[in-house]
Amino acid sequence: MHEMSLAEGMLQLVEDGARRHDARAVKAVWLEIGALAQVEIEALRFCYDAVTRGTLAEGSRLEIVDRPGLAWCMPCGTQVPIERRGDACPHCGSHQLQVVQGDEMRVTEIEVA
Amino acid sequence: MCITCGCGSDGSHVEGDVHEHVHADGTVHTHAHGQGHGHEHEHEHEHEHEHEHGHGHGHDHGDAAAAAALGAAHAPGIAPSRRVQIEQDILARNDAIAAANRQRLADRGIFALNLVSSPGSGKTTLLVKTIEALQGRIHAAVIEGDQQTSRDADRIRATGAPAIQVNTGKGCHLDADMVRRALDRLAPADGSLLLIENVGNLVCPAAFDLGEAHKVVILSVTEGEDKPIKYPDMFHAADLLLINKTDLLPYVDFDVDAAIGFARRVRPDIEILRVSATTGEGFGAWLDWLERGVAAARGQRNDNVEALRRRVAELEAALGTGT
Repeated sequence: MHEMSLAEGMLQLVEDGARRHDARAVKAVWLEIGALAQVEIEALRFCYDAVTRGTLAEGSRLEIVDRPGLAWCMPCGTQVPIERRGDACPHCGSHQLQVVQGDEMRVTEIEVA
Repeated sequence: MCITCGCGSDGSHVEGDVHEHVHADGTVHTHAHGQGHGHEHEHEHEHEHEHEHGHGHGHDHGDAAAAAALGAAHAPGIAPSRRVQIEQDILARNDAIAAANRQRLADRGIFALNLVSSPGSGKTTLLVKTIEALQGRIHAAVIEGDQQTSRDADRIRATGAPAIQVNTGKGCHLDADMVRRALDRLAPADGSLLLIENVGNLVCPAAFDLGEAHKVVILSVTEGEDKPIKYPDMFHAADLLLINKTDLLPYVDFDVDAAIGFARRVRPDIEILRVSATTGEGFGAWLDWLERGVAAARGQRNDNVEALRRRVAELEAALGTGT
């Protein structure tokens, strides 16, 4: 259940951002979560609701933007889609892959009032 | 409610934040956030409709349009809600503390390892045997992470090495701040080896940098050889794989070559050593690996000492010329 730690990290970023903008409430939070980030989205929503209770982010809406996994295949010399770490290149079957996208966990924007 | 500052809301303002704003009638109004806002207004509000002034200007109009109109008059030109950029990693705070830990360890020439595995892979026995084998050569200290009890730290302390138990309670992993606090109390010796035994869990600890030089993942032959592809993030995050309990290979159905193949799928350049903490098999290579790491950490520190001496001299000079 490291989603609880992630939700606490989110709340901190959201509260800091809201305070910097003199906001009294947070209406919505935009998150980028990569397909390779090992985040259980439903667990994260549940934990976020729990940790924001009684804060200025209580009741805020989570807007999650999925980021598909992408890796650089060394033998092919090109970018290929992957669903998880350890996947083979869909073209050549190699595991010499360098992940270039899909492991992010970022708060990108908030809507404040 | 005033949309400039939200006064009259539920008190979620930052304490001590003083705020000033101008009312539609020209009155300048200053208050500290966090105050109850139960003060009297000295000016009169002029509204076309009647309502209760229960407190401050947290007007309860019961009429959204009137409230919006009043809000607009209160603070012209400011939209009721707006989107602002954050663009920060959720783990930014942990990563910042981890970076500070890493710097602190580097400054002291301490070689720190974050040992991760499933429960029951033999981490604590491996640590005990490692500390005993290094005695007289390398000073080792241990941070033990477990949800409950100090049993593991007690086992380490029995070797004479300093150890601190961190109980994570409901948590499933150590984080950088727990390690920072443990370092405050443990105060490992300069040029020593710091072994951080994470909570037995092949998922969550992968995401949390503690400030270590390397993650070392331990897979015992009593587990499935396919764990590297079942838990790819952990095996990807590790720089060294220890295949432990090799003394049991004759009795179990564990394919070492397959395990190595799976590990290399998720981390093609992972280093791999086979060990048995019970018989000492493979320990020579493991101890060599540790000694190389300790020597490198000490070497880097010595390189930095000269730079630090220069810095101290600069600061002393600055103090000497100061008022």
